[in-house]
Amino acid sequence: MAKVLMKGNEALGEGAVRAGCRYFFGYPITPQSELPHYLAKRMPQVGGVYLQSESETAAANMVYGAAGAGARVMTSSSGPGITLMQEGLSYLAGAELPCVVVNMIRGGPGLGNIAPAQSDYLQAVKGGGHGDYRLIVLAPASVQEIIDLMQDAFDLADKYRNPVMLLADGILGQMMEPVELSEEVLVQAPEKAWAATGRKKGGPRRLINSLYIVPEECEKHNIELAQKYAVIAKEEQRWEEYQLDNAKLVIVAFGTCARICKAVVDRARQEGLAVGLIRPISVWPFPNDVFARVRETAEQFLSVEMNMGQMVEDVRLAVEGRKPVHFYGRVGGMIPVARDVLAEVKKLYNGGAV
Amino acid sequence: MKKIFTRPESLNDIPFHYCPGCTHGIAHRLVAEVIDEMDIYERALGIAPVGCSVFIFNYLNIDMYQAAHGRAPAVGTGVKRVLPDRLVFTYQGDGDAAAIGTGELVHAAARGEKITVIFINNAIYAMTGGQMAPTTLLGQKTTTTPYGRDKDVNGLPVKVCEMLAPLDGTAYLARVSLHNPKHIAMAKKAIRKAFDVQMRGDGFTLVEILSACPTNWGLSPLEALKWLEENMISYYPLGEYKTPAEEVQL
Amino acid sequence: MAQITFREDRCKGCKLCTAVCPKQLIKMAGHINVMGFHPATVEEPEKCTGCALCARMCPDLVIEVAKEEKKVG
Repeated sequence: MAKVLMKGNEALGEGAVRAGCRYFFGYPITPQSELPHYLAKRMPQVGGVYLQSESETAAANMVYGAAGAGARVMTSSSGPGITLMQEGLSYLAGAELPCVVVNMIRGGPGLGNIAPAQSDYLQAVKGGGHGDYRLIVLAPASVQEIIDLMQDAFDLADKYRNPVMLLADGILGQMMEPVELSEEVLVQAPEKAWAATGRKKGGPRRLINSLYIVPEECEKHNIELAQKYAVIAKEEQRWEEYQLDNAKLVIVAFGTCARICKAVVDRARQEGLAVGLIRPISVWPFPNDVFARVRETAEQFLSVEMNMGQMVEDVRLAVEGRKPVHFYGRVGGMIPVARDVLAEVKKLYNGGAV
Repeated sequence: MKKIFTRPESLNDIPFHYCPGCTHGIAHRLVAEVIDEMDIYERALGIAPVGCSVFIFNYLNIDMYQAAHGRAPAVGTGVKRVLPDRLVFTYQGDGDAAAIGTGELVHAAARGEKITVIFINNAIYAMTGGQMAPTTLLGQKTTTTPYGRDKDVNGLPVKVCEMLAPLDGTAYLARVSLHNPKHIAMAKKAIRKAFDVQMRGDGFTLVEILSACPTNWGLSPLEALKWLEENMISYYPLGEYKTPAEEVQL
Repeated sequence: MAQITFREDRCKGCKLCTAVCPKQLIKMAGHINVMGFHPATVEEPEKCTGCALCARMCPDLVIEVAKEEKKVG
């Protein structure tokens, strides 16, 4: 199979098309605009629709309509635009509509900057919109993984009737890597009996809705959603383990940070330190299963992120207070460099002494 | 005996929750009658707003979508792009169309999105307790303009048909009223025309329906229709603000 | 000859129908219905021409109107 050099932002688009996505609604924002540019060319080639919306707010609602009509549909944005989509995401989750939303995270808060960051983690996994709901959130760390996870994303969205978010950072969006693309398979989007496509006389009426005005019914709906999320939490955890065997200090990192931390693990191991890495690939559901195992054997954890300390909260929850959990981060587009992370690792490894 | 007037098939036989004299009941019925007459039931897709008519999906028995406040034109865009041969319409009030959702409304119109917006203009926000709407008239008292709408504070009321008419994507825009049977009949014709223009693929269509809100206007139902006729029509003139180049053959 | 029927339990006593009947036949009944409103009614139904203006004005589909088919010849 030939390898193709692809840019991360474009791989998001190509991965979506190969997963059967035929509708994109979105608004330009740096650092993800190459994705809509790519789809503006690619969608007509596959008989799909690329529509530039007037705002991210509108885009999220166009996604709602298209998803309700039974299509595989996606949108993408970065922090400030994802914030505008929070209303739509709450409605999408409440109405149990499948879709994929890409967040190419940039510096924040507010206008921030256009440099890479991971500072939308909490917004993604704790729910930036209102109400009791969850997004399935996947975090690729390579352009190949982007292609693979886009297929997963659409499949998971349809399987569970829930929005799925892909968390990436500006580095991943811009980087170019060789990618293996499978023979193009036209994925038939699954038939959806619940989609509101026009009621046949004598047939069931379909309603795409998140309003449950009667409290008993609203509670029942929320309980059903929670049961769905419990199944997802059990069945859909994804992670990668790197040199985890006998690791005394375990680094936890996702996305681009994890690639940097793999280099840190290698160097630490060369110097005789028993260091390993857990790379969550699903950040919701958080891969609690691996932590349940490793919190018994490891001595401490270090969460390395491009933010002021977000995933570290979930690491603490997963470790359940049994071992110390530390944090190292850079923000605003500053990247944690391997040398500095290694220094932090050594400091912690030696009990705080340099 | 031949039935001269009866419930349309597209309207469920359940009581409306609306206040006595609220004209939503009439507007809902007209939409249902037109769907029946066009025999388009299986292809009709409606999008419900936030407001008193949030439960329109309980009354119309076609497939429907509940939309976030103001976002119905964007939801309709998503639906119509996936299902271009369906009749896609939204049903929205003053807050939905003329305030929070005006961005979505204007851009759907500008794009010539082939959907129909049924815009209920009753010059007030009824559901949330009678607050000022962008369509509230100067001097009109509401719960947030207790001394009467003041031009210096809140500006002048918004005229949606006039605002959208210059957009080339609009194919049919009409303002009608429900204050007496003659105008109710004209309103129905406008809805039918809007739906026909949509199905012909000409572009965006909207019917603005001047409506009464007796409860929040503080008037009896009959007084409310009189107030509508005497006060709203002079500010919101009735008529067709955009017509298709070629008239629709019914 | 026209037949006019009122679904009394659906009437909210709004009186819009009373204003549009060309023969002013519609009156509000003395009793109240299950919702607590005085329902609309016609006391002299034989005078009804079946124009159905009242039915079209009613926001609650309270009124049904039927007419005898005209016989030709």
